[in-house]
Amino acid sequence: MAVKMDPIHQFELKPLISFGHIGHQEIAFTQSALYMFAAVGVIALLTIAATSRRSLVPGRMQTMAETFYEFIASTVHQSAGHGSERFVPLVFSLFMFVLVCNLFGMIPYTFTVTSHIIVTFMLALVVILTVVIYGFMAHGTHFLGLFVPPGVPGWLKPLIVVIEVVSFISRPISLSVRLFANMLAGHIALKIFAGFVPALLAAGVWGILSPLPLALSVAVTALEMLVAVLQAYVFATLTSIYLSDALHPGH
Amino acid sequence: MSEHGAGFPPFNSTTYASQILWLALAFGLLYYLMSRIALPRIAGILHDRQSRLAADLDEASRMKSEADGARETYERSLKEAQDKAKGIAQSTRDQLAGEAEERRKTLEADLAAKLAESDAAIRSRTATAMGNVREIATDTAAAIVERLTGQSPDRAAVEAAYDRARPVH
Repeated sequence: MAVKMDPIHQFELKPLISFGHIGHQEIAFTQSALYMFAAVGVIALLTIAATSRRSLVPGRMQTMAETFYEFIASTVHQSAGHGSERFVPLVFSLFMFVLVCNLFGMIPYTFTVTSHIIVTFMLALVVILTVVIYGFMAHGTHFLGLFVPPGVPGWLKPLIVVIEVVSFISRPISLSVRLFANMLAGHIALKIFAGFVPALLAAGVWGILSPLPLALSVAVTALEMLVAVLQAYVFATLTSIYLSDALHPGH
Repeated sequence: MSEHGAGFPPFNSTTYASQILWLALAFGLLYYLMSRIALPRIAGILHDRQSRLAADLDEASRMKSEADGARETYERSLKEAQDKAKGIAQSTRDQLAGEAEERRKTLEADLAAKLAESDAAIRSRTATAMGNVREIATDTAAAIVERLTGQSPDRAAVEAAYDRARPVH
């Protein structure tokens, strides 16, 4: 009985339609792209199809859409304060996209879009570029005041500015690595624990121990469900906090 | 991609361009749908509901104050009617009492007249009767005297004796 125990295999991209190469880069419609568009479709169903009747007394799906909207709107408002309404669509899109991609990954045999660093990094880059571009557009050079906290003695200022700049630059990295690493590690752990079950069953007497990793993979699945939702929330909250800098760079 | 994809798939940079492309398309589409269609619609639904609720609450409070006013008017008119009814009842009672008093008075006067009349009749009858008594008494006395003495007494003397003995009224 050959049990495939490759926990990395699930992260491989499988081209469904290949459009050829540009240099070493293969341009292909992969299962990852399919899940991205599936996520967009699910979100559109939830937020557009379910609200098409504009019911005064909402049904289940419309209530869900309204709950998500109000949740994100209040998160953005609390974190980014006055004038943050314009960023609600961005944070809402990011939150729903990450949430639905994470949850898609929890279905067995599916692919987790957010387990690829390039995807999470691009999403984080969207956030940081929004902060930088909007910050300069709205406040001009005053936006750079973000790196000079008020009330710092003069001799300490160069050091503080360096620290602030480094922390600002590390934001997209921490934002993307946090999501990517959580999804990756969770799915690897799940695969390994689940893989122990058939491995133990195939090992004769050791098969009596197989319920242990089975129970563990059930527990890890529950934990991963929590992580999937929590990471989407963390991504949205941190985005709101970073956007607050673009809106109020002087604090 | 396997010809370049040796190793860890998330760090296989040959897939990056493709992933970035599809992510940009998918996320761009999502952002467009959310910002143009979904979120304005949901915000509109929530706003409509809120304004509808506020309007309904206003309407309800307006109706309540209206009902309060109507109740006040009703109570006032009820009180007026009660007062009026009380007044009518009082005046009717007074009138009836007056009438009864009058009737009682005439009745009493009537009775008093009748009583006086009867009194007079009784008195005259008594006088007549008393006169008769005098006659009977003198006759009886004369008869008694005649039987005792054997001679008929003088009538005038008997009457004088009776008048002397007669009890004064």
